[in-house]
Amino acid sequence: MGTTASQLRKDLLSEYQELTFLTKQEIILAHKRFSELLSKEDRNVPTPRVPMEKVLSLPELKSNPFRKRICHVFSTSDMKDGSLTFEDFLDLLSAFSDSATLEIKSHYAFRIFDFDDDGTLDGGDLEKLVNCLTGETDDTRLTTEEMRQLISNILEESDIDKDGTVNLSEFQHVISRSPDFVSSFKIVL
Amino acid sequence: CVCVCVCVCVCVCVCVCMTPVEGEGTEDRQLAEEEPAAGAKSQLMRMMRTRMKRRPPETAEEPIRRRLLSHVTPTMKVRMTPPREDKEEQQIKEQQTKRKEERPRTVTRTARRRGTRETRREPRERRGKKRRPKIRKEMPKGRAKERRRKTRRTRRRRRRKRADSEEESMSEGEMERLKEEVEEKKKVIAIMRNKPWRMKRRLVHLKECQEFVDKFEGALGKGKGRKFYAYKVMMTKKWIKFQRDFENFKTTCIPWERKIKEVESHFGSSVASYFIFLRWMYGMNMVLFGLTFGLVVIPEVLMGLPYGSIPRKTVPRAEQPTAQDYSVLMDFNGYCKYSVLFYGYYNNQRTIGLLKFRLPLSYLMVGVGTFGYSLMVVIRTMAKNADVGGGDGDDGEFTFAWKMFTSWDYLIGNAETADNKYASITTSFKESIVDEQENQKDENIHLRRFLRVLANFMIICCLGGSGYLIFFVVKRSQEFANRDDLSWYEKNELELIMSLLGLVCPPLFETIAELEEYHPRIALKWQLGRIFALFLGNLYTFLFALFDEVNNKLEEEVSIRNAGPCWETAVGIEFVKLTVSDIQVTYLTILIGDFARAVIVRFLNYCWCWDLEATYPSYGEFDISGNVLGLVFNQGMIWMGAFYAPGLVGINVLRLLSSMYYQCWAVMATNVPHERVFKASKSNNFYMGLLLLILFLSLLPVVYTIMTLPPSFDCGPFSGKAKMFDVIMETIDLDLPAFLGTLMGYAANPGLIIPAVLLMVLAIYYLNSVSEAYQHANAELKKKMQMVSLRVFQN
Repeated sequence: MGTTASQLRKDLLSEYQELTFLTKQEIILAHKRFSELLSKEDRNVPTPRVPMEKVLSLPELKSNPFRKRICHVFSTSDMKDGSLTFEDFLDLLSAFSDSATLEIKSHYAFRIFDFDDDGTLDGGDLEKLVNCLTGETDDTRLTTEEMRQLISNILEESDIDKDGTVNLSEFQHVISRSPDFVSSFKIVL
Repeated sequence: CVCVCVCVCVCVCVCVCMTPVEGEGTEDRQLAEEEPAAGAKSQLMRMMRTRMKRRPPETAEEPIRRRLLSHVTPTMKVRMTPPREDKEEQQIKEQQTKRKEERPRTVTRTARRRGTRETRREPRERRGKKRRPKIRKEMPKGRAKERRRKTRRTRRRRRRKRADSEEESMSEGEMERLKEEVEEKKKVIAIMRNKPWRMKRRLVHLKECQEFVDKFEGALGKGKGRKFYAYKVMMTKKWIKFQRDFENFKTTCIPWERKIKEVESHFGSSVASYFIFLRWMYGMNMVLFGLTFGLVVIPEVLMGLPYGSIPRKTVPRAEQPTAQDYSVLMDFNGYCKYSVLFYGYYNNQRTIGLLKFRLPLSYLMVGVGTFGYSLMVVIRTMAKNADVGGGDGDDGEFTFAWKMFTSWDYLIGNAETADNKYASITTSFKESIVDEQENQKDENIHLRRFLRVLANFMIICCLGGSGYLIFFVVKRSQEFANRDDLSWYEKNELELIMSLLGLVCPPLFETIAELEEYHPRIALKWQLGRIFALFLGNLYTFLFALFDEVNNKLEEEVSIRNAGPCWETAVGIEFVKLTVSDIQVTYLTILIGDFARAVIVRFLNYCWCWDLEATYPSYGEFDISGNVLGLVFNQGMIWMGAFYAPGLVGINVLRLLSSMYYQCWAVMATNVPHERVFKASKSNNFYMGLLLLILFLSLLPVVYTIMTLPPSFDCGPFSGKAKMFDVIMETIDLDLPAFLGTLMGYAANPGLIIPAVLLMVLAIYYLNSVSEAYQHANAELKKKMQMVSLRVFQN
């Protein structure tokens, strides 16, 4: 692999440890993997950005149906192109780490599922969500009738104030009762 | 004249009662003109103005009141301010007092400048002054409010003392305030990672807070008596750093993390949960191994009499020619039998070696401590799991929502597994939709009930049959023990039959269960329960048969007296043989059932009529529940046998270690991911519960042995005593001071124990009813929340 041009500074490392749920080794590993994704020129830039396509080539994200949404949610780029700096990458790993709290995870899960970024999960978001989960091929998709039935069932279960959308607090209420969420909402490098 | 006086008195009384509110109003108006409203302050202004509007308009008596106010107000405010006032009103009051006191402050400040201790305090004062505008911009309202509250308190204190000590209290108050602020900043730093902010924002905040803390911790560290505070702060910092490093170190120590991660990415978190369970068991067994070897085996080896010195440690002359034969050793006879592995080797000397190590006591304590430690660890893990999992609660409440939001496993890193997952999610969606529709359908209840009763009857027959088979085989093995010329099959018949039963019956149960037509999750629970009953029945039948044998041996011993058979070693040998054969059967099953099957399917597929890979038999799936139950029962046997065979724990550790590598390899090489979604996490506590149950059940025989059965006459650490726990009584009598002995005597009195047991039963009942009450309250709150939100929406 060769030597990275920029090593992680010690004070930054301790600050990152303070601010995220990651251990020192995990942060160092993340830095290593992130540097591998950078192209040669970008290495010497002070705060390098990795374009979304490179991030999606990571094996941990490659098979994830929500990979594009994850990149968009954690990206702080002005151009909304889903590119990540190292700090965004750390944010991502921290939210998906083993020791992150339920609140953090549910907060980010909500933002990932909110495809149109309007702050609520409406019918359109849910439909896109189901399509992501059932795969891209035609024989695994649900029919229109099934989709309608499914979405109405979901809204019936989770929509407490009956406004036709699931907002953050309703989402967190549903998620907090689930025993699987914390263990499945995990990405480890 | 009198009337005017009365009027004036009434006015005084009235204004005394009304001062706090009125005074503020007037002062606020002044304030409003003085300072430009900005941010939080404008809010306060608005609130004050609205409150003023609500009050009746002031009359001509105002000027009098105002004059009274000027010198009455400060003390009045102090006395009359109720502690439980509205926060906003407090803020307003603080603002006023602050503004008011600022003016006279200049006087005191110049006065203080002439004092002796000014140099130190002055910079802080000036710093404080400069600091304020900066803080107002960046610190949230709470901080500013706190500061203002603190300044108010200091004013009050100063007014009360009215002496030189004013300066001291001022600095004390400042100290307090600074300390509190420093603590607050530290708290903010600690919870920073819980906020869903971006890293940049968090870094900025962190830097700010850290700067503040560093700057003022130094300041707080000056002056006498503060040195201790500075030292304390430094130690706290070092402790936090040490804790963090230790946490990092602990995570590196966890073995097999990569391996399990690989399995996770291919098979999902459910299969990986088995390996995590295996690793946990390995950890627990390592501790037990350390206890046993460190406190029992090593002392005996180092400080006890060597092999061959006394009869119990030597192979009897009759057996010596065959003692080294491989077949004899495999049976754990010969040299194996007369080694540290088994109970019979240990000497019953009260103390051994230079250190006067009390081996019999240690043996007993380790035996009991094994159970105690295991119990503690299992219950602690269960409590942790229950915290996360939330138990079995609302099964059907959020089915669809959970399927949507939580079914994807983010650890999947493999395209094939992902495809499988898509397919299974789609199937599960379709099934749930159909389920919902079918719930309204009418079913033939009677036929279903009949089928279920029939299925249960058949299964009970199977269980009974297997129990009887084991009993029969044990009886036969007792007959075999008297004969000498045994084939390999006859020697190992018991273990083989038990293992085979464990292999054959579960699939049989599954086939019968298809009659019942339960929901898959409920069917799985029935299946696990039945397998559990099978294993339990087998184990206990085996135990009863074994104890039958033990009693026979004891009777024999009574008649023979000298050099009788060592029944504890015999029991130990039985357990070791059972464990070893269990290991062999498990490994062989994996080899044949999974590996050979995979090889055949892969290579025979080229020349077979139908597609072996897609249809029957295809590759095997990893049987999570079967493996976990096997592990649980294996552990039960270890617990039971460890008292009679200290080496058994070591054998188990080796077994778990090799299992880890072997099964990881087997899973990756020969298994395919599951087609159906398997919710492993909910069952985590189920398996822990099973483990707990097995622990209790394996505790019973050992405790029974210790309490009632007499130990063998001439082997083991308790030989010569009437009961095994006599060692403890001996130790209490001889080694411990007298009063402890009498104390123990009282404690063991049934008159004390029975009330204690009753108390515990009452406590359990009480806690149970409290927990039920909480559940009710929870349900009520949920309903209420729904109704309230509905009402809000409708409005």
